Amino acid sequence: MKEQLLEYTLRLGDNALILGQRLGEWCGHGPILEQDIALSNMALDQLGQARMLMQYAAEQKGGDYTEDKMAFFRDVTEYHNCLLVELENGDWGRTMARQFLFDTYNYYFYTALLSSADERLKEVAHKAIKEVAYHAQWSAEWIIRLGDGTEESHRRIQESMDDLWEWTGELFTMDDVDKLMIEAGIGVDLSRVKEQWDQKVDQILELATLKRPSDDWFQSGGKQGEHSEYLGFVLAEMQHLPRMHPEAEW
Amino acid sequence: MSDAVWEILKKVSDPEIPVLTVVDMGVVRKIEQEAETLVVSITPTYSGCPAMDEIESNIRWALEENGYTSVEVKLILSPPWTTDWMTDEGKAKLQEYGIAPPEGSSADKSVLFGEAKKVMCPRCKSRNTKLVSQFGSTACKALYKCDECQEPFDYFKCL
Repeated sequence: MKEQLLEYTLRLGDNALILGQRLGEWCGHGPILEQDIALSNMALDQLGQARMLMQYAAEQKGGDYTEDKMAFFRDVTEYHNCLLVELENGDWGRTMARQFLFDTYNYYFYTALLSSADERLKEVAHKAIKEVAYHAQWSAEWIIRLGDGTEESHRRIQESMDDLWEWTGELFTMDDVDKLMIEAGIGVDLSRVKEQWDQKVDQILELATLKRPSDDWFQSGGKQGEHSEYLGFVLAEMQHLPRMHPEAEW
Repeated sequence: MSDAVWEILKKVSDPEIPVLTVVDMGVVRKIEQEAETLVVSITPTYSGCPAMDEIESNIRWALEENGYTSVEVKLILSPPWTTDWMTDEGKAKLQEYGIAPPEGSSADKSVLFGEAKKVMCPRCKSRNTKLVSQFGSTACKALYKCDECQEPFDYFKCL
């Protein structure tokens, strides 16, 4: 049970950390200043949520573990984020598609986590949900803007949606860790989140004049530590400084 | 004793919005004496707020300067911070500083695909304003533009 709670905490924390890191790549490269700032703000929110969860994970580990050690000294196979968040940013539309698919999931997930039996996760959820609600609204608006925009923007956002779809299945698969956490009243029943996600995604895609991709086959493994080739590069960039100078301070 | 501490903290300003104090912001939640140690509980506005570390040290310094040598600043998450905790005095100061204060509680999110809230321009007081971006110069602000005086302004968004 202790082991599973730690893994569950890390899954949430790693989602936030890796997505925050990916969004941070846009800083200074956004199409216009306001949207550049918006993404940086969201990256910061994700990082803040990641910190709360890493602190909790470090406490669970005990000993000399700290939030920094959790973030900077774990390797690819010890990361438990879903694959969707580690994928490359691509163009603006692709980043928006990934953000929309994940934000919508995250919004319903944290809404359910508000009544978790674990006090700490519940506290994190109460804090995070306020921020995630703003993210979900913003990314959904971008899907509509791009989908119902020009022929070119429509074509490209549809392509991104089609490409990313196979990475969304993992958000809703439940393994033994999920099942145990649900039984303990701590975790979230993802089948209910899936219903809400389906409904919202369909609604936004329709407004955006986009087609919902078909559920053919889904990638999975991230939650269990089996990642795509992209995560190693994300970690290399994020971790190289603290690994070169482990005791560095400023 | 606790009153004296509150008075000291009322002089500690927020690093991002210097016209506000940490008390105006509603960031200081509790002051307790535990044996020899004075424990000040603070809560972050946004979870990624980069000013928290500085707020923590500023509080510590202010108290140490006033003779409180054993101080612990504790970060708490629950209940989560809300703009409702901002004092009326704080809201008035914001307005004067040129930042529109939060209006109502957490209503901002209801704008989803609807009409954005008409926030009052802090300069000319017109409500003929429009939302430019839900995300502004810091995590806690949105960007607005006044269609009356044509000036852009920050709005402290509801959380």
